[in-house]
Amino acid sequence: MSDVPALEVVDLVKHYTGRRRRVVHAVDGVSFALGRGEILGLVGESGSGKSTVAACVLRLIEPTSGTIRLNGADITHLSRRRMRPLRRQVHMVFQDPYSSLNPRLTCGDIVGEPLRLHKLAHGRALNARVDEIFDAVGLRSELRFRYPHELSGGQRQRVGLARSLILRPSVLVADEPVSALDVSVQASILNLLRDLQREMGFSCLFITHDLATVEFLCDRVAVMYLGEIVETAPRRDLFRRPQHPYTQALLSAAVVADPVVQRARRPVVLDGDPPSPLEPPSGCRFRTRCPLHERSAPQSDEEHPALREFASGHLVACHLVDRDRPAPRLVEDAADIVNA
Amino acid sequence: MLEVSDLSVRFDTDDGPVHAVDRMSLTLAPGEVLGVVGESGCGKSVTCMSFVRLLPETAHVTGRVLFEGRDLLTLSARELRRIRGREISYVFQEPMSSLNPVFTVGRQVGEVLQRHLGLSRAAARSRTIELLRLVRIPAAERRLDEYPHQLSGGMRQRVMIAIAIACDPKVLVADEPTTALDVTIQAGILDLMRDIRERLGTAIVLITHNLGVVADVADRVVVMYAGRKAEEAPVPELFAHPQHPYTIGLLGAVPRPYEGEGTRERLQEIPGRVPSLHELPQACAFADRCPRADEVTRSQIPQLREVRPSHFVACFHPGPG
Repeated sequence: MSDVPALEVVDLVKHYTGRRRRVVHAVDGVSFALGRGEILGLVGESGSGKSTVAACVLRLIEPTSGTIRLNGADITHLSRRRMRPLRRQVHMVFQDPYSSLNPRLTCGDIVGEPLRLHKLAHGRALNARVDEIFDAVGLRSELRFRYPHELSGGQRQRVGLARSLILRPSVLVADEPVSALDVSVQASILNLLRDLQREMGFSCLFITHDLATVEFLCDRVAVMYLGEIVETAPRRDLFRRPQHPYTQALLSAAVVADPVVQRARRPVVLDGDPPSPLEPPSGCRFRTRCPLHERSAPQSDEEHPALREFASGHLVACHLVDRDRPAPRLVEDAADIVNA
Repeated sequence: MLEVSDLSVRFDTDDGPVHAVDRMSLTLAPGEVLGVVGESGCGKSVTCMSFVRLLPETAHVTGRVLFEGRDLLTLSARELRRIRGREISYVFQEPMSSLNPVFTVGRQVGEVLQRHLGLSRAAARSRTIELLRLVRIPAAERRLDEYPHQLSGGMRQRVMIAIAIACDPKVLVADEPTTALDVTIQAGILDLMRDIRERLGTAIVLITHNLGVVADVADRVVVMYAGRKAEEAPVPELFAHPQHPYTIGLLGAVPRPYEGEGTRERLQEIPGRVPSLHELPQACAFADRCPRADEVTRSQIPQLREVRPSHFVACFHPGPG
């Protein structure tokens, strides 16, 4: 049992057909496995398809093709009814703690709702469970009788967390759970998420655009660009030895709250905007903005690069990278500057 | 060049007055980039919008905003119009809602040039192309006739900046200019701000919640908390020797990827929450959340004082963390 991943996604594709039958390639062939007790960061910029992956995993939208396995069980095509008992195994925390809580319910009712809907507890037992989870997420129990609008953003996000963890799911999907919060509040939610994960042992798919939070929280990272995973690696390897030119650019562009380090860095400024997912470029999807395009052409214009193992557990989809053949370094690493 | 002193802003709401800004002061030298940092509700945007009276009528603004020797708060509406958008201009966070969706980009940039500088339509058009090139919009001649929805978020923000610098203003106020944008796009916009300062000598007030952005482009930084100034210093000084416990808390709350293993055990939290602005406490506004708070802190308002060269802090117990 323990070697079955908590969540496994194989070759996931989600295409939307838009006006004039034009196809939006939101997600194109994404595969990953989320181990037990692992926190996997899914990183990408807007339009990369990371939230679409989350919605497919939860069966909130129907994938076009591919397979999703939850604790070994194929849930890709389960009916709503057959999906229902499995829903307690996977829960979600949303980005916006203002719009994801029902304004007409008290916080206690919001948090207790999953228990009620799954008919797992009622009456005093339900109250006890709600109290317990309020305590675990650091909310005073009198807040059970308050409405969401009476709470601060940080408290609301704790309510959201309590609701998604009350059934003790094996998988938690967190879609940008701290991006709407102030810096000091972010810190407390990130600390809390880590503490809870250690205590309860759930696996977590953590979706974000912010690399700094990934570094703090995640065990492994997958970087998405235009509907595809371009690189995946254990956290340390990704930050120490980023390979894909897009990952390198992303890391170099993230600003660091230290003027000495920040001013010594030279961010790789990517040319132009990300291409439209209506017409993803042929060959390598990053080639239109790639600073290394001259070196990868013409192969990158014609041939789509597959994810290949560069080092153990470190996969990269770039023609310039192969086993033990690293990509050219675009920038000096921030860590190198600090250590120099 | 710009000198704000004793600026207070009060909003009268149905729930009583809200003291958004309390006796704030700022100075801005020509060509300087001043970062104004704080969390939501600290009054950073309200402070900067009151420079040229952009606030709604429910706002009661007192104090002085001296710009080249004239107090902007006492100018007539007509005189003020000559300063707004021409001498002091603004870039806001959300580039989609700041642009008019039914006019082309060229018309919106050109409007500023025709109105403030009296350029003819043709002259405005060619100057607009120059401006779009200056903010590094590729194929400027073509973009001119496009509508805002045809542009990406980063491009729209570049158009906003083009409008803001069209009349070669002395002061550019940028309110969270990169917050709505992706990191790789943010890097380009920050680069552009640096370029504008260097090429045009524009002084920039950069309002942000992101300490990384300040570390990147600002010369000097003001940290605000609950409508008051908590700390002010040159950027290298503030990051190396933060004195106010709030500033120290903010710096500790940000994950730092480059520091390697071991430092990532826990992020520093600031307990409690921002006080209500309904009343002005006769105390340090941060007292309830501060590990250094004592009797004095809770009964008196700390005054700004210089604790190190050019480094001011409003705290009874300043010092490193």
